[in-house]
Amino acid sequence: MFSYYLQLGLRSLRRNPILTALMVLGIALGIAASMTTLTVMHLMGSDPIPWKSDKLHYVQLDNWSADSPYYDDGRPPDQITYRDAVALVEAGKADRQAAMYKLSLPIQPQNPEVKPFQSLGRVTHSDFFAMFEPPFAHGAPWDRRQDGEHARVIVLGKALNEKLFGGQDSVGRSVRMGGNDYTVVGVLGDWKLRSKYYDLTNGAFNDPDEFFMPFTTAIDLKQRASGNNSCFRSSGDGWDAYLDSDCIWIQMWVQLDSNERLAEYKGFLDSYVNEQKKLGRFERPLNNRLLNVTEWMDDQRVVSRDVEVQTGLAFAFLIVCLVNTIGLLLAKFTRKSGEVGLRRALGASRRDVFSQFLVESGVVGLTGGVVGLALTGLGLVAVRALYPEFRSVAQLDWTMIAVTVALAIVSAVLAGLYPTWRACRVQPAAQLKM
Amino acid sequence: MLKMTHLQKVYRTHLIETHALRDFSIHVRDGEFVAVTGPSGSGKTTFLNIAGLLEEFTGGEYWLDGVDVRGLDDNARSKLRNEKIGFIFQSFNLIPDLNLFDNVDVPLRYRGFNAAERKRRIDEALTRVGLASRMKHYPSELSGGQQQRVAIARALAGSPRLLMADEPTGNLDSLMARGVMELLEEVNRQGTTIVMVTHDPELAARAQRNVHVIDGQVTDFDEAPKLRDPDAASRGAEAVAANG
Repeated sequence: MFSYYLQLGLRSLRRNPILTALMVLGIALGIAASMTTLTVMHLMGSDPIPWKSDKLHYVQLDNWSADSPYYDDGRPPDQITYRDAVALVEAGKADRQAAMYKLSLPIQPQNPEVKPFQSLGRVTHSDFFAMFEPPFAHGAPWDRRQDGEHARVIVLGKALNEKLFGGQDSVGRSVRMGGNDYTVVGVLGDWKLRSKYYDLTNGAFNDPDEFFMPFTTAIDLKQRASGNNSCFRSSGDGWDAYLDSDCIWIQMWVQLDSNERLAEYKGFLDSYVNEQKKLGRFERPLNNRLLNVTEWMDDQRVVSRDVEVQTGLAFAFLIVCLVNTIGLLLAKFTRKSGEVGLRRALGASRRDVFSQFLVESGVVGLTGGVVGLALTGLGLVAVRALYPEFRSVAQLDWTMIAVTVALAIVSAVLAGLYPTWRACRVQPAAQLKM
Repeated sequence: MLKMTHLQKVYRTHLIETHALRDFSIHVRDGEFVAVTGPSGSGKTTFLNIAGLLEEFTGGEYWLDGVDVRGLDDNARSKLRNEKIGFIFQSFNLIPDLNLFDNVDVPLRYRGFNAAERKRRIDEALTRVGLASRMKHYPSELSGGQQQRVAIARALAGSPRLLMADEPTGNLDSLMARGVMELLEEVNRQGTTIVMVTHDPELAARAQRNVHVIDGQVTDFDEAPKLRDPDAASRGAEAVAANG
């Protein structure tokens, strides 16, 4: 009977094209508004590295002033000092560890036709690549030995390699940055990151890093971070004083492959801080934190309140659209009470009539869903145009396409329930003028 | 075929009670052609609605082809209606955006026949009313008489044992009306019981038996049916008005 109801539904919708168009448009607009915001929220908040997000942990230590906490709610600072970063990396207590900071350097291309330009990249340890798994198009990351040797090597992002070498395999070539030459050891492929989750302190939706350079090398060359830097007292004069200060400007990630390793590492951090307390540092109570990737994203509100409120409003709009659809379906089904009466007289049970009209509502929903999907696509184009920083998350994926169509059908069927119930209550005798 | 005993139908609002049928008894036997007559508001439409299982009754008994219909749920009533009864309405009640084939198909769909069986029955029913060549046409393309023929084909397609007709010629001119009546008589000759509500005395005169309803009660009926064929004598007919 389902195919019969489907035929009847399609025929009925063709009979009143304007009414049908209004209903479909109502559902489609509501769906598009909801799905556009929901898609952005979903992709913003989705786990960027699901296969190991519970193994990668962000390290926080509370070295802040005894007089005032870093955050009023008692959370530790978002970054750590240089001396703690180096101490933790050198201790090597985690399965992998990488400290990092954001760096901006001028690049002087060998190609005289390309003018010097400023490039944003990342300073980090070799473990970074094994931890966050960017794909390599050519070459490979530098290794721990090169970390130790402070090697003048560099890994280029895809875009920078395009710009400097036209996308060719540039491994072994030299790049001049900030007055120093670096040898290319690897070139990244297309690294699709929805959010730059490994550096949330500098903006989750910033541009991808254009290059990666060994931490030790950058420190040797006194290259200061271009990301956030916070100090609660003066850092003193000179580079060495800065490195030795309580200023926080480094992000630190560790990979811990099991819960036992996590517990051990927590213990290690506590004992490290307690040792430091003896040296007069870490004046505040013990407040170390290890958050995994998704916890860290929640903590940093990658999905902002604004986006959540927008999504809520969009769903409220969907409800308004549905109420409108209920009214239209009610009008449509009421006009068909004569047919309902007739079908009942010819042997249709209430259940038959209920199914027929519910399928018709579902057809409205399916059509609304398809149109809504197209409008959602347009909505996301608009989001990308208005907010370039969201371009990595304003994309429809298969999950969201399925959710869109399912939501449209469910919405329309829900909207159709009351009108359908009313249609079933039709007294056949009253409609047949017998 | 159809037996009602002391049937009551009371419409209640918070102010008044209206007795549409009171102590209504009738017995229609297999193969009969009964005309139910009476003035407007006498209750004959209520009788037809209840007989056609389109409306519930408030008291008494109703047996349809040996089935006590009291207490049947909606599904069972719908199934019984679909299998046993064919309806013919004054205003034809064809679905305008279905062609003739699909209109006749409606009751067969609810019966659950497969596609081949439905097609066979639709062909046969439309052939019977002389409209097989127009099965792809829409109701609006037909005359009133032809539309009523389609309605008869729809009523017959499921091979019901009982045909309920409500003023079947009320919207037709006399020529078309005669054609429809002849068709109904032929259907009756082939064994289908017909109960026809009308207030046209000429039409009623063509039925085997008349039952007159006034004020919700059977007041008058032919003791001896006018026999159309000798076999009908053995079938006989009776109508009992308990209060009458």
